[in-house]
Amino acid sequence: MNLLDAVLLLPLAGFLALLFVPKTASRMGALVISLGIFVVSLALIGNHSLSTNAPWIDYPPIRYHVSIDGLSLWLVLLTTLLTPIAVAVSWKYIDHRQKEFYAFLILLEFGLIGVFVSMDLFLFYVFWEICLVPMYFLIGIWGHDRRIYAAVKFFLYTMAGSVLMLAAIIYLYNQSGTFDYSEILSQIQTGRLALSPRTELLLFLAFFGSFAIKVPLFPLHTWLPDAHVEAPTAGSVMLASVMLKMGTYGLVRFCLPLFPNAAHRCAWWISALAITGIIYGALVAMVQPNMKKLVAYSSVSHLGFVVLGIFSFTQQGLDGAVYQMLNHGVSTGALFMLVGYLYERRHSLEISAYGGVATPAPNLATVFLITTLASIGLPTLNNFIGEFLVLQGAAYVSMTWVAFAAIGVILSACYMLWMYQRTFYGKASEGVAHHMHDLTGREWAAILPLIALMVWMGTYTQTFLPAISEQNARILENTQKLKIERVQLQTPEVARGQ
Amino acid sequence: MELWLIPIFPFIGFLLNGIFGRRLSKPVISAIAAGSVLLSFLWVLKTLSGLGAFSGGLEEAHVEHYFTWIQSGALNIGVDFAVDRLTAVMLMVVTGVGFLIHVYAIGYMDHEGGFYRFFAYLNLFMFFMLILVLGANFLLLFVGWEGVGLCSYLLIGFYFLEKFATDAGNKAFIVNRIGDFGFSLAVFLIFTHFGSLDFGKVFSQVKDMPVETSPGWLTAVCLLLLVGATGKSAQIPLYVWLPDAMAGPTPVSALIHAATMVTAGVYMIARSSALFLHTTDSLEIVAIIGLATAFFAATIGLAQNDIKKVFAYSTVSQLGYMFLGLGTGAFSAGIWHLMTHAFFKALLFLGAGSVIHALSGEQDLRQMGGLLKKIPITAATLFCGGLAIAGVPPFSGHYSKDAILESAYIHAPWMYWVGTITAGMTAFYVFRALFLTFFGEYRGSIGKEKHDDHHHGHGHDDHGHGHSHGIHESPFIMWGPLAVLAILSVVGGFMFNIPKFLEPIFKLEEEGGIPGWVGMVPMIAGFAGIGLAYVFYVLAPSIPESLAGGFGWLYRAIYNKYFVDEFYDSTVVRPLVDGSRTLLWRTADAGLIDGTVNGIGKTARAVGGILKRTQSGFIRDYAAWVVAGSIAVILAMALWGGVTGGAR
Repeated sequence: MNLLDAVLLLPLAGFLALLFVPKTASRMGALVISLGIFVVSLALIGNHSLSTNAPWIDYPPIRYHVSIDGLSLWLVLLTTLLTPIAVAVSWKYIDHRQKEFYAFLILLEFGLIGVFVSMDLFLFYVFWEICLVPMYFLIGIWGHDRRIYAAVKFFLYTMAGSVLMLAAIIYLYNQSGTFDYSEILSQIQTGRLALSPRTELLLFLAFFGSFAIKVPLFPLHTWLPDAHVEAPTAGSVMLASVMLKMGTYGLVRFCLPLFPNAAHRCAWWISALAITGIIYGALVAMVQPNMKKLVAYSSVSHLGFVVLGIFSFTQQGLDGAVYQMLNHGVSTGALFMLVGYLYERRHSLEISAYGGVATPAPNLATVFLITTLASIGLPTLNNFIGEFLVLQGAAYVSMTWVAFAAIGVILSACYMLWMYQRTFYGKASEGVAHHMHDLTGREWAAILPLIALMVWMGTYTQTFLPAISEQNARILENTQKLKIERVQLQTPEVARGQ
Repeated sequence: MELWLIPIFPFIGFLLNGIFGRRLSKPVISAIAAGSVLLSFLWVLKTLSGLGAFSGGLEEAHVEHYFTWIQSGALNIGVDFAVDRLTAVMLMVVTGVGFLIHVYAIGYMDHEGGFYRFFAYLNLFMFFMLILVLGANFLLLFVGWEGVGLCSYLLIGFYFLEKFATDAGNKAFIVNRIGDFGFSLAVFLIFTHFGSLDFGKVFSQVKDMPVETSPGWLTAVCLLLLVGATGKSAQIPLYVWLPDAMAGPTPVSALIHAATMVTAGVYMIARSSALFLHTTDSLEIVAIIGLATAFFAATIGLAQNDIKKVFAYSTVSQLGYMFLGLGTGAFSAGIWHLMTHAFFKALLFLGAGSVIHALSGEQDLRQMGGLLKKIPITAATLFCGGLAIAGVPPFSGHYSKDAILESAYIHAPWMYWVGTITAGMTAFYVFRALFLTFFGEYRGSIGKEKHDDHHHGHGHDDHGHGHSHGIHESPFIMWGPLAVLAILSVVGGFMFNIPKFLEPIFKLEEEGGIPGWVGMVPMIAGFAGIGLAYVFYVLAPSIPESLAGGFGWLYRAIYNKYFVDEFYDSTVVRPLVDGSRTLLWRTADAGLIDGTVNGIGKTARAVGGILKRTQSGFIRDYAAWVVAGSIAVILAMALWGGVTGGAR
């Protein structure tokens, strides 16, 4: 039992404990638990090479193998930071079945941390599916009018992908005799597990499909706008900030190192889809009358950058992609919170219901503006770093791609500033003036950490980037080495992106 | 030398006023805002004299490293500041003129809401502008570049209750983003090919490259940088945002949209001169764009009736001159004009602000006239600015414009002639505005009847609501800066010989072979323009009206700015928005993709619905299915067996 186990298992204990807490104390209980977990998880920063490897099920040999490195460290911290924030934004918003709500939220935290630290493929799959359940209920019970449709769509989309992944995991087990990630990786790298190009491609596609739905990569994104629009604020925050990163994390952790040849072979069309998603998501976001849909489509655009960076197979591209995962978690999470703040006052998500909010709520307007600027990649705020690194990485591969992807940067200014103008500027209508009040202390407390992170991550990247860079260099080295060996053995195809 | 203190003073001012401003009194806010810029200016003076810039020193750049900003693989970008003589000029202009405008704004904004917000933004602008000129690599320059764009957006939309103001702010930001698109691609190309973004490393590598074989990508870098510059410095085809930007308060127009920010493109190209000198094609394009912008903006300026719009188009036009200077290889002349323009254009805008202030918010030239006696200090200073921009010796504009036109003459005589004609037009439209303002009879309504609020329609910056007590000279805090700028506009040309100062960076061409008349003709054109304006708008005001009637189509085209905004709107904005809505969102996203997804779902449910009937829950049904299945199996075996048996 080390620190990592504690961070992973505390949410499970917290979930169980919440079931026995009296209903009226459930939100305070959830806040205390999630804050406690966050404080404990901060200690991971100092020692991020922890791991535990213990037997779980004897046959088939499934192990409780968890570990943390530069890739998972910040994603775990993002999860533990956003859970108490999600509790805080639900404080007033959730007024029925509170206890179940908070229990599901903490269960979701458990699943998410598990996904990021699992080193056993079966264990990973279990956590992957655990995440689905609480989110399904968060949307389906506490969502808006079309919540059932959205919840089912979310569930089926994701299930369709994960079934493929499960098949691939079982196939890998049959070939290698183990579910252990590092064991399989070393078998592949030493050539003891030799996959034919065709098999490798199929396995890659099975994993990739599952992750691509989660990202979501164009054209598999249509569950996202529905899920976001219908989800309660906390659901949207967790979904956008952390859950989408399960997909991109999986791409980096599994798709690249395990199936490097297939990854290289497919890179061109995956990059093409990513770039399509960047522009498409931005254009569709531009014409959305609904705020949450707008932010949802902007996520499609932003995550296109992440995928583009990953499949550039360059240090900058990969670093930028991982950094962008965190950036998107912080700034889009904040956007959904702020949209939630607006909704709690005016009870509408339509942009046209607003206008002139800056006059009655200047602090809200300021905070929203900073978040908007972070989202459109203003230098000195976080997203700029990620976008810059991704595009620089992609520039090594193809300037044409970068030119197209950078159009997304122009468009992001269009849709975000237009939304901001229509919501906050102008004269306040009577409805707005009557309903709007400025940020409360609780709302300040929930949003300030994210604002601080936007500035911190944009100005002083040395806190975060070295750990990420180190791990990415390792992944890249494995990917490239294997790739080069295979290329020499099998095909004369020129390695891309070196 | 602690260069970081230079931008940090205004940044602290921004934080103080931005966070606590609502609880501070106006004098305190003013003291913080102007005081922080003054400290910055003093620190610039101390630093530059310490580095010997005023005594023949500072021939090499002085670089300071603070901390690593981004480190990823081979990419290492530091927060580094550097000062060389080019930066020195920029620092003096930005902090010096910036301080004067801050002082002026204390008076101008006195009776406006959002006082603290205004000064917080203004200080933030100073911070980013100083980052822009101090940054020692392309990425840090880009930080300042985008940062000043943000402040420009915020200050254009300062009167955020008015839709035209926030529209103008959005337009400025988005058009600049298009320019920044080019800039960022250039940055990626530079890093890919040079392995660094540091000015020092990149430029020393370029100098080692053979001039004859300038590769295509280097030309691409220069052209992409130029795209960025056309956005920020309002050149064709991206100049459209600047005239609209006049929706902001007048001190903003002076500081950001005349004296400093819009010259960032000029600075950036001058800074990258090593790259541009290696690709003469791209320099040629810089010159052509500059010349075309100078000419066309001047023609538009001929027919504008809003005093700020006149000066806005003249800014676009003068920036075109600077680009012409850069493009013809006279980098130092371009920077010289940048400096003198900062003096006289800030003066013209602040003077215009003083007029607007006197008239309680009126900006329409047709509502002015005869103000010479009523606001004499403003009038005197404005005429100094007018003579400077018209290129009348010994006013400052004469020297810098002359240097640019001489360089144009050496480069290509036709450029010189177009530039000279433009100089004549410039003199004409600036003096048209001045004569309409100060000469003749007063045509407005103040003092005659009750002030009519409806004049504050589209395009006006809402200044001076609720204080319409007659026409009055501005207070000292406003005319003081005007006077200083007027002096600078007079002496700035012959006192500060920028080309000589910049010689360590930009080698001066050997003078010679230029006929003596080359310097005379633009001067004559300037006098002719002033004279013509005097005839048209003081002696015989009926002439321009009959001319406008006679050339109706031309006048309408010019008056409506050649319909460029409408053209962009119908060819880019509308198709993009409408296409996204109908084609991408409704058709592709909701129809095609989601339709397929829902279709799969429906099919699965339909199939399930059929299969569901087999699961009725009654034993007898299941028994019947078993019997039916058995029969089917037996039949199949018999048939299959029969078929295979038959084949055997």
